[in-house]
Amino acid sequence: MSWEIVIGLETHAQLSTRSKIFSGAATAFGAPPNTQACAVDIALPGVLPVLNVEAVDKAIRFGIAVGATINRRSIFARKNYFYPDLPKGYQISQYEIPVVSGGGVAFRVGNTEKTVRLVRAHLEEDAGKSLHEDFHGMSGIDLNRAGTPLLEIVSEPDMRSAEEAVAYARTLHALVRWIEICDGNMQEGSFRCDANVSVRPEGSDQLGTRREIKNLNSFRFLQHAIDYEANWQIEQLEEGKCIEQATVLFDPDKAQTRLMRTKEEAHDYRYFPDPDLLPLEIDEDWIERIRAQMPELPAARQSRYQSDLALSQHDAASLVAGREVADYFDAVLSAVGADDTKATAKLIVNWISGELAAALNRAELELSESPVTAAALAGLISRIMDNTLSSKLAKEVFDGLWKGEGSADEIIEKRGLTQISDSNAIEKLVEEVLAANPQQATDYRGGKQKAFNALVGQVMKASKGKANPAQVNEILRRKLDSC
Amino acid sequence: MIDSSLKQLSADLAARKISSVELTRAYLDRIESNNAAINAFITIDPDASLRQAQAADKRIARGDAQPLTGIPVAHKDIWCAKGWRTTCGSRMLENFRSPYDAHVIERFNAAGAVILGKTNMDEFAMGSSNENSWFGPVKNPWDTEYVPGGSSGGSAAAVAAALAPAATGTDTGGSIRQPAALCGVSGLKPTYGVVSRYGMIAFASSLDQGGPLARSSEDLALLLDTMAGFDARDSTSLERPPEAYTRRLDEPLAGLRIGLPKEYFGEGISADVRKSVEDAIDEYRKLGATTVDIRLPASDLSVPAYYVIAPAEASSNLARYDGVRYGYRAESYDNLLDMYCKTRAQGFGSEVKRRILVGTYVLSHGYYDAYYLQAQRIRRLIARDFAQAFEQCDVIVSPTSPSTAFRIGERTADPVKMYLSDIFTIAANLAGLPGMSIPCGLDAAGLPVGLQIIGNYFTETRMLNVANVYQKQTDWHLRRSPIASNSS
Amino acid sequence: MSLTLHDVQRVAMLARIEVTDTESEQILEQLHGIFKLIEQMQSVDTAAIEPMAHAQDAVGRLRLDTVTETDQHELFQSVAPAAEQELYLVPRVIE
Repeated sequence: MSWEIVIGLETHAQLSTRSKIFSGAATAFGAPPNTQACAVDIALPGVLPVLNVEAVDKAIRFGIAVGATINRRSIFARKNYFYPDLPKGYQISQYEIPVVSGGGVAFRVGNTEKTVRLVRAHLEEDAGKSLHEDFHGMSGIDLNRAGTPLLEIVSEPDMRSAEEAVAYARTLHALVRWIEICDGNMQEGSFRCDANVSVRPEGSDQLGTRREIKNLNSFRFLQHAIDYEANWQIEQLEEGKCIEQATVLFDPDKAQTRLMRTKEEAHDYRYFPDPDLLPLEIDEDWIERIRAQMPELPAARQSRYQSDLALSQHDAASLVAGREVADYFDAVLSAVGADDTKATAKLIVNWISGELAAALNRAELELSESPVTAAALAGLISRIMDNTLSSKLAKEVFDGLWKGEGSADEIIEKRGLTQISDSNAIEKLVEEVLAANPQQATDYRGGKQKAFNALVGQVMKASKGKANPAQVNEILRRKLDSC
Repeated sequence: MIDSSLKQLSADLAARKISSVELTRAYLDRIESNNAAINAFITIDPDASLRQAQAADKRIARGDAQPLTGIPVAHKDIWCAKGWRTTCGSRMLENFRSPYDAHVIERFNAAGAVILGKTNMDEFAMGSSNENSWFGPVKNPWDTEYVPGGSSGGSAAAVAAALAPAATGTDTGGSIRQPAALCGVSGLKPTYGVVSRYGMIAFASSLDQGGPLARSSEDLALLLDTMAGFDARDSTSLERPPEAYTRRLDEPLAGLRIGLPKEYFGEGISADVRKSVEDAIDEYRKLGATTVDIRLPASDLSVPAYYVIAPAEASSNLARYDGVRYGYRAESYDNLLDMYCKTRAQGFGSEVKRRILVGTYVLSHGYYDAYYLQAQRIRRLIARDFAQAFEQCDVIVSPTSPSTAFRIGERTADPVKMYLSDIFTIAANLAGLPGMSIPCGLDAAGLPVGLQIIGNYFTETRMLNVANVYQKQTDWHLRRSPIASNSS
Repeated sequence: MSLTLHDVQRVAMLARIEVTDTESEQILEQLHGIFKLIEQMQSVDTAAIEPMAHAQDAVGRLRLDTVTETDQHELFQSVAPAAEQELYLVPRVIE
């Protein structure tokens, strides 16, 4: 039998606010244990929560970005369960009426366009952390993270492979960073996914029993965990066994999932409206204010790149994979200020995804940390566009830019890298090369195209790479063909 | 001094006839001599109190005193006060020294009042007799065989025994008004949202409201001026223009319309209570008020709805007492789950556990709609009843409690019988309305009877006026319990 | 509706309160009485009534996103049953 895998994701995006969702404690990562856990966060008797407006602003931004409904009135509820990293014995979350309902996320997998529908996105607080290092057989509890705002984004079970799930997660990850609601730092747990996985016979319209894989904090783990889990479920079913609804954990070392709790052991969370928090009301003005502050979204930016700048779908998509890249590209393009924006745009894309990406990769730097600013790269691009630099020279100039030797023009000046475009000078070089290599000239005339390329190389070498290659080609061919 | 009103004490302090240190020491002496008989205080800290008194005296000398500067006030042990042991009447918090001040404590401190001590209470404010305290029952100063009411029983008894000139309490289903009635003092539960709940240990968050207990409504007004006020740290605290609760105390009552709910004068009220309340109503008629018969048809459902909503909220509010960050932790346990279960089994008393179990049950899967949602719908019916009633009257008057104080131990075996002690007070909490109780008589055994006054939202000033004019004509609030008559 | 001993034990576990068998039986009896009182609610048809979760018909107030709290972990941990190296200690947490 052939099987279809069905996946839905619940993603927790930590909202990048300064203070916590219900208290005035700082949210900065990496502080010494419990130094950012205030009276409210450690749930002292008598303390009360007050909602952070910035967390709501960010939830609204998300709702607008995914084309969802922003609920005019949403309710905070208590999710009750005991755990040492949950100081109140309940998590403040949203249950019946979340702040955001519906919406969708579109992306491409291979050559296919895919849209995953969203069920909802709701605001909630994060829990603290249990540290399992041995303290005389005890666990240590750090509540610094307790109360950090989260947006839980719940998708419909619309994905059919681990690849689709990863593509969805990557798109969502880029989006939350693009609209600046989450720093997306997966190592620090700022963006993590739970995957609901089930399988069913191909063609069936019934959902199989799902198991939920908790806390996947890298795309690689997401991929491996779903692959393992789906295979496991298929094996079980093919052996005639049933899948029992359960929550499982992924062990990255073994690349396996293991049972955490079954449905029978599932919590009875006893959700009810939090009496300490009145309904959250969001009016039209509030939504419009946020809408006015929204950046152009990745999809819109991509289609603009394709239609206005004639970039390929692939190039445009690579630019909008991250807000930093797209903004960097725009900054370079506008600084060049060229007449032929289409040719310039393509050239910029090649430089960003070629030399710049390679250099950043070697140095293990993010684009935001690049020593070559958008203005600096624009200086280089301008000199390529006006034929001052050949691509070979441009690489040398780029090297100078990377090393901080100044602007492109300064480097050209300092290193004496101006391209030779003077026809007389090039003719002279060509004549010298032909005189020194009569055999190759003969070979070319005998029909060996290779010989021509060798001659071009000789001329370029003689010019120390500065001759304009197009002119070299043209003059050399003319000389060879004319005698 | 012991018989002086707060206003008088304030005037005497300002005139330097007495010092705050003398006044505070006098009350500390009275506590020293008499507390053993009634067990009204859980904690006193004479050094801390006298330090505040000294500071108050300096402030008075500097000339920037406020009305409560230098006045000792006893606080229900539900209010977190920095450096003070704050137990909430529970073994769970027996050794909990609060690292912060409640908003109300901040306000009293800012006004220059002196914290006289922390008063006994039913554990986590759950009870109507003060028999549910880990620190032992409080006894009624009028007769120590009898309960003082609860849950603010320590505060009511302290004022009734003249161990404090004034006290604070909290009221979730009658916990200020019922003990005020049973101890013959005055008590006020303001409109929900008027007094900040920040630092007040939560029982049922949507019902809890702090308020004052004192001898007279004039004293209550003075105390409320300090207690009430907006607090940004409580999301349910209401932003309203400041109110001077003392400003209308003496306005004549001519034209006042008093609503008498049929449902609050039915069977089950003791004859003495009925007589005293009817006499009080007659007194009001003499003062120019008219009475209107009104209906509150959903009132018989207030106790059932309350015993769903309050335990549900409590079951969640009390989940934080897990032995991890503060408070009691069981001595021995096998693992984490066992630590939770033993800590909570040993740290909570039986009534608290009972309510947590009821609350957990009504919120659990499959029962939420039938219990919790149904209770919330009935809550709205009750609020609507009041809204309609207040179209016909200015205040509603009734007995505070169907009977006077009962004997210690009399109702402990039957929780439901105990719950019905609050039958007339609970509805105001469900609706969020202000309510007060003032003394209006003594029964045949010489135990006090309380008159309840329920007002519309934010009409505390008018209610205090209604109470004060009555108290100017009568002397029930000036009657003293035997213990109050003990010289020191 | 009729509560059973099993209900009492299930709810006690949810609430993390240890109850002995004898206690469970006492509690069951008391809960029977309490639920008899509560059941009176079921006599009313409230289908058309909006549930009332708060004592006031107001909407939530929000705070600005500013850090107002400072590190007080030493003070807070001075009342902790067990704390070491700035951490609260509990019996080993097993997932």
